[in-house]
Amino acid sequence: MAEVRAEMVANVWKVLVSEGDHVDDGDTLVILESMKMEIPILAEESGTVTKLHVAEGDVVQEDELIAEIG
Amino acid sequence: MFDSVLIANRGEIARRIIRTARRMGVRAVAVYSDADEGLPYVSEADEAVRIGPAAPAQSYLDAAALLEVARKTGAAAVHPGYGFLAENAGFARAVIDAGLVWIGPSPDAIDQMGDKIRARNLMAAAGVPVAPGTTEPVADADAAVAAADEIGYPVMVKAAAGGGGIGMSAALDADALRKAFETARTRAERFFGSPEILLERYLPRARHVEVQILGLADGRVVALGERDCSVQRRHQKVAEETPSPGISAELRSQMLAAAVRAGEAVGYLGAGTVECLVDAESGTFVFLEMNTRLQVEHPVTELVTGIDLVEQQFLIAAGEPVSFDPSAPVLPRGHAIELRVYAEDPKRFLPSPGAITAWQEPSGPGVRVDSGYAAGTTVTPFYDPLLAKLCAHGATRDEAIARARLAVADFVVTGPKTNLPFHAELLGNAEFVSGDYDTGLIGRMRQA
Repeated sequence: MAEVRAEMVANVWKVLVSEGDHVDDGDTLVILESMKMEIPILAEESGTVTKLHVAEGDVVQEDELIAEIG
Repeated sequence: MFDSVLIANRGEIARRIIRTARRMGVRAVAVYSDADEGLPYVSEADEAVRIGPAAPAQSYLDAAALLEVARKTGAAAVHPGYGFLAENAGFARAVIDAGLVWIGPSPDAIDQMGDKIRARNLMAAAGVPVAPGTTEPVADADAAVAAADEIGYPVMVKAAAGGGGIGMSAALDADALRKAFETARTRAERFFGSPEILLERYLPRARHVEVQILGLADGRVVALGERDCSVQRRHQKVAEETPSPGISAELRSQMLAAAVRAGEAVGYLGAGTVECLVDAESGTFVFLEMNTRLQVEHPVTELVTGIDLVEQQFLIAAGEPVSFDPSAPVLPRGHAIELRVYAEDPKRFLPSPGAITAWQEPSGPGVRVDSGYAAGTTVTPFYDPLLAKLCAHGATRDEAIARARLAVADFVVTGPKTNLPFHAELLGNAEFVSGDYDTGLIGRMRQA
């Protein structure tokens, strides 16, 4: 089980996966936007997206949970 | 001179414009979004009006709301700063149509230079050198590959309506080009509302050198020296200096003359910047783009010339002569460096918004700080990460670097991560200190 967290306050621009999807290490899960920069959030291991905690348009705080991969 | 000005911007540049307005006895009206209510520029303006919520589209990009503030406060002129609506010809027209003074070039000049494809063609016709590239929008990835075969790799893929490095990337071969083309098109649509793409020959070891021009009220165009902006990450500037340590006196005079021709070709009025790429080995340069506004890094030019560029913008917009003798060549006095202090981590350069708990600016001989924040304010994720511009001026480049080192060490910001440690690293980097560097410098620093 791996937790994917936000490194900084950001807006959730795009969510590219759904719960139940299989992802490979390095796949882009969501794209955040902060200070006019797009920040792709990548899977750091292969597995299934068991839980997605954000939707497009949300604001995430630093260290907030984005997704869980099992 | 008009008696009041609305500043359609925020942060450090709003504060910078307020300073000159007050000195000239012009009433300064600021606008602020909900995210910016506590920033210093809001309290320093003669009057400040809430413009909307934090999102730029509902605040600093809302032309109708800005014009309404101008009407209500009786502002006679509008200064757009940089970014936001500064290079939006439609906004410039709306300001003029409302009977206000637009502090910038004509909407037609903005249009001509805002489209990078048109600008390239226009410059080539005016005898300004341009890089090999496309003369009309590239329709799709196949057309891009065909064009690149003619231009020669590596190529740079750019949004025709773009700026700030967004959507730009270099491609070494056809596969990379197809990917770069799709990315550029998506971003161009999203950020600039136009999917048009151009390709240009990419110079991997080039310097980015730009020329400050002023189009005077009497129609003359003068050049106020150059700025070297080769310290870049993600195609965005991090540090600038003037004079450029990488060009000869002969190349400098050729570039200044070309920049004047560029301004004359569009009947340019006010402050503008002609950006070029310089191939230091061959001693040649090509036109990159023209920014039809005040540039972020304008303070280094002010430090070596003693000319207040915002004051010249005001004078020119009011139809008055500038404050210096434009028929005598403006020669730089000493050397100046600007370091952009960003709210970002100093290793990977990722954004780091947050509340500022301590803020202490350096001072001393030759040190100038243009800042947008203070202790107790908050850096939000809605706007660009620029916190402050730290400038150092000295009689020589060595002295400017020495002063900059001390100033970086004395600048205290607690809360958000900042790139101040990166600047300390840069000022100690042998390649930067030698002056013989190019736009690949940060990439090499981070590979090591």
